[in-house]
Amino acid sequence: MMQPFRTAEGGRIDRSHRVRFSFDGQAYSGYAGDTLASALLANDVCLIGRSFKYHRPRGIMSAGSEEPNALVTIDRGAGRIAPNLRATSVELYDGLKACSQNRFPSLRFDIGALAGLAAPLLPPGFIYKSFMWPPSFWKRLYEPAIRRTAGLGRTPAEADPDRYLNQYAHCDILIIGGGAAGLAAALGASATGARVILCDEQAELGGGLLDEPNVTIDGWPAPDWVREAIGTLNGSVTLLPRTTAFGWYPNTMIGLTERLTDHLGEPGSQRPRERLWQVRAERVVLATGAIERPLVFPGNDRPGIMLAGAARTYLHRYGVKVGKRVVVATAGDSAYRAATDLHMAGVAIAGIVDRRPAGDSEAIQSARALGIPIHNGMTISSTEGRNRVHSAKLSNGTDIIPCDTILMSGGWTPSVHLFSQSRGALVFDAASGTYLPSQDAVGACAGVFDLSTSLRDGTAAFGGEPRSFAVLGVPAMAPSEPPVATVPHRGAFVDFQNDVTTKDLAIAADEGFVSIEHVKRYTTAGMATDQGKTSNLNALTAIAGLTGQGIEHTGLTTFRPPYTPVTFGALAGPVRGDLFAPIRLPPIATPGAVQEDAGTWKRARCFPNAKETIAAAVARECLAVRNDAGMLDASTLGKIAVEGPDAAAFLSRIYTDDFTKLEPGQCRYAVMLGEDGFIRDDGIVARLAPDRFHVTTTTGGAAYVLHHMEDYRQTEFFAMRVWLTSVTEQWAVIAIQGPRAAEVLALFIPDIDLGTMPHMAVRAGHIGDVPIQLFRVSFTGETGFEINLPPDHAQRVWDTLRQRDVTPFGTDAMHVLCAEKGHIVIGQETDGTVTPDDVGLGWTIRGTDCIGKRSLSLPDLKRHDRKQLVGLLPADPAVVLEEGAQVTVAPSARDGLSGPSVGARNAQSVGHVTSSHCSPTLNRGFALALLAAGRSRIGTQLSVAGPDGGIPVTVTAPVFLEKTADRPKPSPRRTQEPLLPLADQPAPVVRPCDSVQLATLAPITRLSIRAGPAAGTAIGLALGVLLPTVPCRSVMTPNRAALWLGPDEWLIVAPESASELAALARKAVGDHPASIIDVSHRSQTLEIAGPCAAWCLNAFCALDLDLTAFPVGMCTRTLLGAAEIVLWRIVAEVFHVDVARSLMPYVRACLEEARLEFVDVEVVSSRPK
Amino acid sequence: MLLIPCPWCGPRPENEFRYGGQANLTRPAASADDAARGAYLYLRDNPRGRHQERWRHRHGCGRFFNCVRDTVTDRIASTSKIGSL
Repeated sequence: MMQPFRTAEGGRIDRSHRVRFSFDGQAYSGYAGDTLASALLANDVCLIGRSFKYHRPRGIMSAGSEEPNALVTIDRGAGRIAPNLRATSVELYDGLKACSQNRFPSLRFDIGALAGLAAPLLPPGFIYKSFMWPPSFWKRLYEPAIRRTAGLGRTPAEADPDRYLNQYAHCDILIIGGGAAGLAAALGASATGARVILCDEQAELGGGLLDEPNVTIDGWPAPDWVREAIGTLNGSVTLLPRTTAFGWYPNTMIGLTERLTDHLGEPGSQRPRERLWQVRAERVVLATGAIERPLVFPGNDRPGIMLAGAARTYLHRYGVKVGKRVVVATAGDSAYRAATDLHMAGVAIAGIVDRRPAGDSEAIQSARALGIPIHNGMTISSTEGRNRVHSAKLSNGTDIIPCDTILMSGGWTPSVHLFSQSRGALVFDAASGTYLPSQDAVGACAGVFDLSTSLRDGTAAFGGEPRSFAVLGVPAMAPSEPPVATVPHRGAFVDFQNDVTTKDLAIAADEGFVSIEHVKRYTTAGMATDQGKTSNLNALTAIAGLTGQGIEHTGLTTFRPPYTPVTFGALAGPVRGDLFAPIRLPPIATPGAVQEDAGTWKRARCFPNAKETIAAAVARECLAVRNDAGMLDASTLGKIAVEGPDAAAFLSRIYTDDFTKLEPGQCRYAVMLGEDGFIRDDGIVARLAPDRFHVTTTTGGAAYVLHHMEDYRQTEFFAMRVWLTSVTEQWAVIAIQGPRAAEVLALFIPDIDLGTMPHMAVRAGHIGDVPIQLFRVSFTGETGFEINLPPDHAQRVWDTLRQRDVTPFGTDAMHVLCAEKGHIVIGQETDGTVTPDDVGLGWTIRGTDCIGKRSLSLPDLKRHDRKQLVGLLPADPAVVLEEGAQVTVAPSARDGLSGPSVGARNAQSVGHVTSSHCSPTLNRGFALALLAAGRSRIGTQLSVAGPDGGIPVTVTAPVFLEKTADRPKPSPRRTQEPLLPLADQPAPVVRPCDSVQLATLAPITRLSIRAGPAAGTAIGLALGVLLPTVPCRSVMTPNRAALWLGPDEWLIVAPESASELAALARKAVGDHPASIIDVSHRSQTLEIAGPCAAWCLNAFCALDLDLTAFPVGMCTRTLLGAAEIVLWRIVAEVFHVDVARSLMPYVRACLEEARLEFVDVEVVSSRPK
Repeated sequence: MLLIPCPWCGPRPENEFRYGGQANLTRPAASADDAARGAYLYLRDNPRGRHQERWRHRHGCGRFFNCVRDTVTDRIASTSKIGSL
């Protein structure tokens, strides 16, 4: 196949490697190393797309990511269709399929182009002006219609099948841009021994140096100097080509996207497509270069009109001549180089049109010497040509130059986007008419356009000695002049992507828009996917000219991330599917159960038998509890050990009750209020010993309750000697409820006399050979016990009880059983505005100054018409009301109880249904509700909103079952029946890999030590391992280790039994207050080891894991993805990850995902070496 | 992601922390009148600029600490330990 615009030789493409591709279904060929844009130009494809608003034909304007026109859709197969990609940034691969956008029925004949004829009717703001009335039309008619016509590519409808990675990284110096200044900066920085990352958005490092085969640096042709520099940097600097720095976030966190496989063209590949880097840098050096500005003249948007610098790039890097007969329009010297280079390549230069008077710089002299006609003091006044420009008319009004290409150069705008995002101060440079960063920039980004100065400045960017390079072959050029405002004209485009002309800007100025930020929003100049890279300064110049206030007083709009569009996939990274959020599974597996989400947990809703409906299963489970015995996995309830001499006094502040009089061995129901007097949580407080309490919380409230308690412990009641330790996962809990509960348990528990054990008591004992804490508590009104036991044994106890015909029940039955007794459920009967008295729990307030008590006497919390908890019985027993439904009084009923009468004929709401169920025991529907002055309505008839109108109900007290005798009837014989044996845990399958190994370690004893300095020292001496006082450090002896986790918190890891070790520690502290808690079962440990262990952890953990920042022996709580872990570095390449049992599958899956690129050769990537 | 200097653990990423509201609120005595109680419950400073606030290194050492943060720039001027044992 022909490539008519390809040069005979030269360029950085691989001419031995021909690549086939298609554009709008037409087959073409290019070479490896081409971009889609360079290959299309080589094939004489000039018309690439249609513009956004007027559907004007557009071609390729640039050779980089600033491209506003040549947007295409790349089709990589189902779910892999990417719209709005810049053809100038898409690397060519064999089989690439590209399509043009925003055209119908075809690119050459586009109906939408009629919009161009209507341009006078489409002024800026026309949407706001034209589609005002009636308002209801906006949503249904105007907006959908506008969205259909005004749009670029289409998003794919399928889920994205590609994989994406995330990497947290830290460095001393991040260099953004791999051109001359960036490479020189890296050479300077690498000599200092600093951690350096250099990234560049292009496939090849080198930037503009790759366009300079005729320039030498220290004797090397510039592209070869780049190769040598990369060779020097490799190994000491992390080099990231194809990596765009898109955003500068607080505290110097820079977002990078690295494109890993898009350029390879491997449809269906499982290799990751992109990696998001979140780089925390001590310093950033911006070597982002500069972007050439278009000239603003009428007809400056036709296909074939291109930036002059881009033409040099296409010639020298890709071996492509952009045209056969070229006119160059310029306001600076750099375009003369394009003219001479193209001339030397055999392209006819029909003329150079220079806005300035005749100059005599070396660049100009070279062009003149070649005989190229130069027209000074002129510009282009119009162009002709439909799908490609064919002539330019000069501003003298007479000369018309036939051509197929116009190159334009309005000067160069430093790329200050990232600096602006950093909230750095941009300084206006009057000489060039541009804004420059006040610091952190080198090279063209800093306004330095001389190559040898850029190189020298780069090497000295970090205070080192500047190094000079011998640069030959760059002609001397006069500095470029500031941009000038032109006469407003409809066809003189300023913003090509959004079709904003100088005329549009003039209309905005006429209508009173002065602030550049307002002009941007009104005209859309500088918006869209290119974020005004080529247009901002021209728009600014135009507005400054129109308002007469000068560029420096007009100011620049704020640049916002991202610099170029970022895929959603990259931002989501691996956080999708199973890794989207941790799913916590309780320690008892319940196959066959219907699951539901409870906070972050999965809990069993019910256990349907074969062919049983959910409703039937719930009814059967409820009846089993009422008539026999049922059991519930209550392991997910939060559990907090509250210990210390002042624990009772502390809990009497946190909960509404007074616990100072609670005897050891007793429990009490407890209600927690916020400072505002409203119920936050409830649970059971059990006193195990004078200074030791065990507190339960709701499943969803566990984290909040601990945080709330810590708040008061640390910042309000800080003089109290008390410590809080989460033991939620240390204990599994099986709740057994029902008349036969004691009888069944007595078969297994030899050492607790269940017959004499009172209600609301706690005892230590054994079930089989397993040590337990047995609570006698009930939420159903039936005899109830809760067995707290080590989670490793929970399954066998559960399975043994099941063999004894104890019926498992789920959360659905639990809710029915609770509601039948009128027990509130937090989050169901409470919503953050409910006081204890509102729900009949006023009796729990026995403390003297508990949190929130004072607020209960505020006037609003004492109002007689507050909503109060009542029961509702539908007149039709078959009806089950909807939860959340409004409860209303009929308009005819005179209702003196609710607030001021609305005087309307409508029914008036007096409250809402909070819980509603069908009771199998009562054989009818029933509900709880919060009603204004509810208690005074008991006995009255009300109505509840239903799908078919009001449902009549009777208000009742919120208790539906008569009090049942809670008297355990244990079996006469107390024996010890055997438990099922402990089942072997299947070991997870681990795929071996030398770079990084992952292993779950055998269980080991862990003690949580909470103590002041004196007790801490005593414990350290007794255990032979001193408790570290330096934050985040550990002390390791051959057998034991002590980890600092907080200023009064340590973790002891040791091989001997927990009870033995705890006894030793307790003996050592004597009378010093301390809290020593066995947490061995709470967590498990993963070992991650190998040269790439830190790299894998950093896929999900944001800490700096360099040996200098995270040395051997360092330990800390932190986050791995969404899971809290304790991270501990044992030796340089071995970490221990301590993670709560329920989060282990999630953490393991995260690390396996991070490890995949090392384990599986199919997904291997290049880093780290 | 902000980098927040924990007075105990040093600079750590923002996701390890939980915001704890305005600092230096005094919990009024039970004998204080309704107006004082209402103010304690519901009235907070909302400055443009420096704000005294509390943060907790929740997924770290667990400590609450004081922090001076500029609400305009998000820059943290200082952090300091508060009363504990």
